Amino acid sequence: MKIENLTVEVGRRVILKDLNLEIPSGKTLVLFGPNGSGKSTLIKAIMGFENYTITQGRIIYGGEAINGLSTDERAKKGIGVLFQNPPKIRGIKLRQMVELVTRRPAQENSFVEKLNVGDLMDRDINVNFSGGEMKRSELLQVLSQRPKLLLLDEPESGVDIENIAMMGKVLNAFIHEHAVASLIITHTGYVLDYVDAQHACVLMDRDIRCYDDPRKVFEDIRQFGYEKCRTCRG
Amino acid sequence: MMNLMPDNDAHLGKDEARRLERIGYDASEKERAGSFMQQDNDLLMHKTLHEDIEVMGIQEALKTVPDAPSYYGRAFAALGREYPRETLGGYYIRIKAGKTVLFPVQACLYLKKANFRQKVHNLIIAEPGSKVYIITGCTAHSASQEAYHLGISEFFVGAGAYVNFTMIHSWTKDTSVEPKSIALVDKGGVFISNYICLDPVRSITMYPTAVLAEDGVAHFSSLMVAHEGSAQDIGSRVIFNGKGSSAEIISRAVSLGGSVTARGHLKAASPDIKAHLECRGLVVNEKGRIYAIPELETEYRDVDMSHEAAIGKISKEEIEYLCSRGISKDKAQSLIIRGFVDTNILSLPELLKKEIDQLADRTLKSGL
Repeated sequence: MKIENLTVEVGRRVILKDLNLEIPSGKTLVLFGPNGSGKSTLIKAIMGFENYTITQGRIIYGGEAINGLSTDERAKKGIGVLFQNPPKIRGIKLRQMVELVTRRPAQENSFVEKLNVGDLMDRDINVNFSGGEMKRSELLQVLSQRPKLLLLDEPESGVDIENIAMMGKVLNAFIHEHAVASLIITHTGYVLDYVDAQHACVLMDRDIRCYDDPRKVFEDIRQFGYEKCRTCRG
Repeated sequence: MMNLMPDNDAHLGKDEARRLERIGYDASEKERAGSFMQQDNDLLMHKTLHEDIEVMGIQEALKTVPDAPSYYGRAFAALGREYPRETLGGYYIRIKAGKTVLFPVQACLYLKKANFRQKVHNLIIAEPGSKVYIITGCTAHSASQEAYHLGISEFFVGAGAYVNFTMIHSWTKDTSVEPKSIALVDKGGVFISNYICLDPVRSITMYPTAVLAEDGVAHFSSLMVAHEGSAQDIGSRVIFNGKGSSAEIISRAVSLGGSVTARGHLKAASPDIKAHLECRGLVVNEKGRIYAIPELETEYRDVDMSHEAAIGKISKEEIEYLCSRGISKDKAQSLIIRGFVDTNILSLPELLKKEIDQLADRTLKSGL
C-alpha cells in the first residue's frame, strides 16, 4: 500500500494533510502518535468511511488507486481492519459474522481455537464483551478475512498480558505465513514484543513525523514524550 | 379422534400452500397435537391428534360441550366490555386438567374471497394444571383485495395452567385486521403470548389484555415490521388483580416506511406485583414513523414496575463496520434489521423456535 499526498477532512476539519506513507508486502509499520492526532482517521480513510473525506491525494493498493471504491469492495480486495472501539451489533452472532466472511462453517476456522474465542461465538457481537474479548473477536474476524493488508488500531488496549502474548503470537505467525503488509497503531508498545515490525513512525500535526526502527522510536517517546518528535527527526 | 370436514387439501392451491408456510402451518401435522382451518366463513377442517385436547369449530362446541356457552363472552364481561356479536366461526381449543401436551395445536384463519369480512370468535380453555402450546396463523389470498378480519379470542388459563400462544399474521397490503383478545389467568397460571407480523398489511389495531389473579404470570412479546402503507397500532395490557403476579411486555418494531404505534399498559390493581415493559423501535426508511407509548399505573406503593423504550435508526457505524468485513451495504442493512427482529425475545418452545426463525429469515429476505 502506498499513500500519496493524502489530505483527509472530517466535518470540514483537516485531520491529515499531505501525508505520504508506504507499506510494502510482508512489512509491518508501527504508527505512534498522541491522542487525537488522526491515527484512527487514517485507517477509516483507507477503508473509505463516509464521513472521512479525502480532499486530495491517492491511496494506492495492489497497484491501483482505491479512492473511488466502497468500503466492502476495499475489504474484498484484501484490506482488513481491527477496530479500536467496534460497535455493538445486536442480533448478529460472532459465529454468523465469521461464517459470512469466510463462507465456511465456523467449526473449520482454526483461529477460533487459537484465539480462544469458542465461548464468544454464540454471543451478539461486542454486546457485553470485555475489552479483551472484544479484541480477540476483532482479531478472529479480521484474520478470517485472510487480508493482504492488515490495519490494526490498538490491538492490545484493554487486553491482559497473557492474552496480548497469545494474540501477538497468532498475529505474527499470520503476518509471516502470508507475507501480509500491516499497519499497527499502538500506545503501549506491548505489541512490539510479539510482532516483528521493521519500521515505526509518529503521526502528529496532521503528518508523519518520523520514520525509524520501532524500538528506537518507542524508547524516545517513552523518554522524551511526543514533543521531541517535532524536532528530533524532522 | 378425528373429525375431518370435506376434503380440505383439495381446496388448497399453490398460493395457499405458500401462504400457510408463512404462518407456520404444518400441513404434514407430524409435530402437531391438533389442527383447525377456516377459510372465509367455511370451516375446512378440524382435527384432534391427542387425547387430552379438544379442537373444533366454535358453533359445534357451543352446541355439544355442556359448559362451553358459559365461557362465551365471559372474559369480556369480566372487564365490563362489550364485544361484537355478529361473528361466524372461530375455533374452540380445550386441554384437560393436569395434562401436558408438548406438540402445539395449530389453527389457521384464512381470507380468500375478495372484499370478504371474516369475523370469528375463538375460545381457548386450559383447565387447571394443564399445559398447552398453540400456534395460530392468519393470512389472506393474494387476490383477497380489501378484506377484513375481526378475531375475538377469549383465553381461560386455569389455576396453575400454562398457555403458550403464538400468533403469526401474514396479510396482504389491503387487508384490515382487528384482533380483540382477553386472557383471564387464574391463580398461579401462566399466559405467554408471542405475536409476529412481518408482512405488509393495511392496518392492524389490537390491544390484547391479560388479567392476572394471585401469582399469575403473563408475557407478551411482539415482533412487527411496518411496510410502506401499513399502519399498525399494536399494544398489550396487563391488569394485576392478585398479589405475587408478574408480567413482562417486550416488543421490537421496525418501520420500513409504515407507521407503528407500540403501546403497553401495565396496571397494578393489587400490591406486591412485578411488571416490566420494554419497547425498541428501528426506523429504517425516512417515511417511517414509530410512536411508543408505555404506561405504568398503580395506586399501591409496594409494586415493582419499570419500563424502557428506545427508538432509533440504523447506525451508520454498524453498517460501516459490517462493510469493512466485506459485506455490501444492502446486505449489512438487512442483517441488522434481521438481527433487530430478534426471535429470542419470544418465549417459544424449542420445537417452534427453529420454525419461527426460518420463517422470519424467509419473510424478511423477501420483504427487504
